[in-house]
Amino acid sequence: MRGLTFDVAHLLAGGLVLVSFMQLYQDRLYALLNVFALHALVLALSVAWQAYVQDAPHLYVTAAIALVFKAIVIPIVLHRIIVRLGIHREIEKVVGVGLTMLFGMGLVALSMVVMLRVTVDADPLAREDLAFALSVVLLGLLMMVTRRNAVSQVIGFMSIENGLVLAATGAKGMPLVVEISIAFSILIAFIVIGIFLFRIRERFDTVDIQALDRFRGERS
Amino acid sequence: MMPFDAVSAVLLIPAAAAILLAALPGYRITARINVLATLLTFLAAVSLTIERPPPGPYLLVDDLNNVFIVLTTFVGFTTSVFSATYISHELDIGRLTPTFLRFYHAMYQVLMFAMNLALVANNIGLMWVAIELATLTTVLMVGIYRTHEALEAAWKYFILGSVGIALALFGTILVYMAARPVIGEGLPAMVWTNLLVRAAAFDPALLNVAFVFLLLGYGTKVGLAPLHAWLPDAHAEGPTPISAVLSGLLLNVALYALLRFKMLLAANPNAVAPGPLMVTLGLISLIFASFMLYRRRDIKRMFAYSSIEHMGIITFAFGIGGPLANFAGLLHMTMHSLTKSAIFFAVGHIAQVKGTQKIADMGGLTETNPALGWGLVLGVVAIAGLPPVGIFMSEFLLVSSTFAREPWLAIPLVFGILLGLGALFLRLNTIAFGEPRGPSAKATASYLPMYSHLALVFGAGIYLPPAIVTWFQNVARLLG
Repeated sequence: MRGLTFDVAHLLAGGLVLVSFMQLYQDRLYALLNVFALHALVLALSVAWQAYVQDAPHLYVTAAIALVFKAIVIPIVLHRIIVRLGIHREIEKVVGVGLTMLFGMGLVALSMVVMLRVTVDADPLAREDLAFALSVVLLGLLMMVTRRNAVSQVIGFMSIENGLVLAATGAKGMPLVVEISIAFSILIAFIVIGIFLFRIRERFDTVDIQALDRFRGERS
Repeated sequence: MMPFDAVSAVLLIPAAAAILLAALPGYRITARINVLATLLTFLAAVSLTIERPPPGPYLLVDDLNNVFIVLTTFVGFTTSVFSATYISHELDIGRLTPTFLRFYHAMYQVLMFAMNLALVANNIGLMWVAIELATLTTVLMVGIYRTHEALEAAWKYFILGSVGIALALFGTILVYMAARPVIGEGLPAMVWTNLLVRAAAFDPALLNVAFVFLLLGYGTKVGLAPLHAWLPDAHAEGPTPISAVLSGLLLNVALYALLRFKMLLAANPNAVAPGPLMVTLGLISLIFASFMLYRRRDIKRMFAYSSIEHMGIITFAFGIGGPLANFAGLLHMTMHSLTKSAIFFAVGHIAQVKGTQKIADMGGLTETNPALGWGLVLGVVAIAGLPPVGIFMSEFLLVSSTFAREPWLAIPLVFGILLGLGALFLRLNTIAFGEPRGPSAKATASYLPMYSHLALVFGAGIYLPPAIVTWFQNVARLLG
């Protein structure tokens, strides 16, 4: 039984890293949204498994938040925003796919080296979880750096957050996990509302978009 | 814990005021309630210096955070006085509507609540949540003018702040992981007082990694150099009272979080010494910001860079450590908060008189608006650290203790300080003296907050009450 619980947890956490990689090479926003929904789903499963293994019922709440809020509500809302703003075709990356994937692999290797070395004494389950969680966090950061579009940056941020929830649930018996995941959900909701209300189409320095925003600012 | 004591007052007054202000229409009355609530919070904070409740699992007041609480609530109070006049002018010229104003006042109180909560939290998770809340409220307030630039600034702040917050949470989780084998599962392993006592037994490698994440995460919020990009924009585009609160208070709160974790690392003999990391980041911030000061054309942006410079000096001081440098850092932090908010009070009214924030369009202020112009001159003299002002004293202490400990580090430190001083006086010359430029209408300003801060700063340079000296010395010893 011990072996099985470990293997399933390992599988799910590893799956999360894999889905993070899948996010890196998506070049359509719709596809990216679908992959993100998958990311949140894997996270929900992983958290639910931890809740079962650790016998910690409050973690089911976190899993439910991940499932309902991040795998269903947020992707649907973002989908509608993309339709409204008419940006579904936009593909803008700062760095090419190949290079990004190479960077990603380097980051995963880095997090394995760092985390596995410093957590020798911790129990193996938490250890693996933490290493995978750091990989997910770093891959999310990589995505935020290599994308220029506000929606894909938000998705990058949400995958960072998924990594953090994975780490928090892996740390056995950590208090406030539910509260923290709720606080994060509020933060994300604010970001999404922010995109929608203020219609931030793109970050930084695009001249005609500035003009557009000015126009809309006057109207509202 | 008692049902109602000064600690809960510090938290409950702003929380209740936020709800009340969100419900009340009419800006005159809300501005007054805002001032009243911050005054009451300040009084409650002062009463903490006399009598403190014992630490509980969630809240804690000791010598260290008491300094921060009193400072935060005091500057929060004076800023609310300034804000009342500032905001009524914004309403007159139509930059803000009454609805937004109601929102603004409620958010101001939420921000005070969040900062106080972060300071009194005895729990690393609670502290993290409070700092996140403070970030969120300031993001909303930076974007309140809803111009393109303001939204851009708010968005940048949001993204960088969120990344910082995320990294800090990862660090917090790692600290819990390090504490769990020693203290045991659950709430006690996240309580400061427990963590500090047992820190020596934690796994040093895990603590090291945790500190790197915490330094990057909370360092983003302090505005340390490679992670500072949000800070000038957020200061320049938001309402000026918020610039004053950001510079004077929120940066301190993030720094406070860093200091707590630094104490944790220092308590573990095998962990890496946190000092050199902080010294490096501090020096980079100081020198980088001093160079950047020369090229600024926007007055609020310029003083935002000056805040980065001073946060660099303070981080450097705490990184050097030891009773003297810690004392200097603490004094510098207090003086910087008071001076920088006074400067922003002056700058806010100046920008309203001139109708712009561009330095090129203002000039000869000491002739046209003497009270404002001389206030700014005094503020810049104070922030540049000329004798006999309080900042001169703290910088002098810091430089001399650095010379005694690490002579080589004193050279870049002095270089950075002098560089910043030169830039500030260069700009001050165009703004305050010479040919008057731009409109010079009479300002409807409240001078009291500005001059009372300046009086405190100049007074502290000449005479520092022994009670405060012993208090700061105790804290400096606590910081190790």
